[in-house]
Amino acid sequence: MSKSITSDVPQAADEQHGTNRRGFLKCGVWAGTGVAWIMSGGIPRSMSLDLVDTALADAASFSFVQISDSHIGFNKAPNPDPVATFRQGLQRIKSLPTQPAFMIHTGDVSHLSKPDEFDTAEQIIGESGFETHYVPGEHDILIDDGKPFFERFSKSADGWYSFDQNGVHFIALVNVLGFKSGGFGHLGEEQLAWLQRDLMAQSASTPIVVFTHIPLWMVYDKWGWGTDDAAQAMSYLKPFGSVTVLNGHIHQVIQKIEGTVSFHTAYSTAYPQPAPGTAPNPGPMKVDAGRLKSLLGIRDVNSLSTTQPLAIIDTPLSA
Amino acid sequence: MPIDKAYRARTSAIVACLLLLTPHLAYAVMPDGMEMPPSVTRNVPANVPVATSSDQVEIGNFSFSPMALTVAAGTKVTWTNHDDIPHTVVSDDDPHLFKSPPLDTDDAYSVIFQKPGTYRYFCSVHPKMVGTIIVKAP
Repeated sequence: MSKSITSDVPQAADEQHGTNRRGFLKCGVWAGTGVAWIMSGGIPRSMSLDLVDTALADAASFSFVQISDSHIGFNKAPNPDPVATFRQGLQRIKSLPTQPAFMIHTGDVSHLSKPDEFDTAEQIIGESGFETHYVPGEHDILIDDGKPFFERFSKSADGWYSFDQNGVHFIALVNVLGFKSGGFGHLGEEQLAWLQRDLMAQSASTPIVVFTHIPLWMVYDKWGWGTDDAAQAMSYLKPFGSVTVLNGHIHQVIQKIEGTVSFHTAYSTAYPQPAPGTAPNPGPMKVDAGRLKSLLGIRDVNSLSTTQPLAIIDTPLSA
Repeated sequence: MPIDKAYRARTSAIVACLLLLTPHLAYAVMPDGMEMPPSVTRNVPANVPVATSSDQVEIGNFSFSPMALTVAAGTKVTWTNHDDIPHTVVSDDDPHLFKSPPLDTDDAYSVIFQKPGTYRYFCSVHPKMVGTIIVKAP
């Protein structure tokens, strides 16, 4: 099993942050790249998968998994069979030492919003047996303003919703509707107003996990990898001591810390995309079959109801 | 008449009325979901004006080329996607004057522009992709 640690890790002082209210989420595993991440006091630190496995096995409470960008229906280079790699990702989850309480899918379930693509994804996820919370990607709402997606996968008519698990407040946001020419991901006033109301009911010590498809920070504006009204959403999250933002869309792991907020983008299970600005366009990276699975993955986050810090681990399908 | 036929007839009538209300712009290819390949141009409703000429916009490398195209009124403009990722062609106007179905690789979509004016559009999957059709009086 490959266990290389490949990321630059911000080495900010975590002691000033990490304690009770921030230090509750323990571990995460991405089955995609062989990268392990531990969130300590809101600061991600790399960690060997051996240690992570131990931490997961010791975890007392719950874990959850993030899967993203399955793009069922895609059939070109570098991956003519995203169904197979999606299944492989779910197999990785099945083999985790601590089984997740649920999964979140951060969008682009399908490639072209076709009913048979949704059918396939739903069937595969159903077979896994994991309860799954979804947000759409822009590839899921190509038909009828996303109605087929929302009817099948969303827990509310609007597509945005929140729920609680073991004291953690999870918020699902939709930022792939209402795109403007030349623009970015977009939340919209109605959803922002809902978010503000939803957060007002939470105490500042409640750990918050926000998940939405397009990154809530400007990863790369030339490729539209950002959300135009994310600053408004982040202003509502400012009072909270622990905020974790999980995104998809860019098919690679990029992380950043801003105050009490940590942002993480996720691997795809279908195909990798280039790092910002390293290619003429953000289309699929044409990597060979041998390398492909080192660039795909899933993420597992373990949450402990203790004073332990949040930890996120990214692991490749090839691991 | 079976219900589905009646429904279709009514829908067709509504579509025809809408097209009459917007005579400056008509679909040469109806964006009819997945049933009809976007590149098929038959079955054009009889009341849709016939194009007097045609021109092309190529979609590749996540951009429209040419980015600005000038045509005479009555021209049928066809977009063809050469990328390995789907794109769309959607007018900036609200409501949209034209909106293609998702165009997968090699799919095409056409619009006949009857009325002079400047028509800005973008890809609703990748909104950084923008283009303009400038329609001149013939």
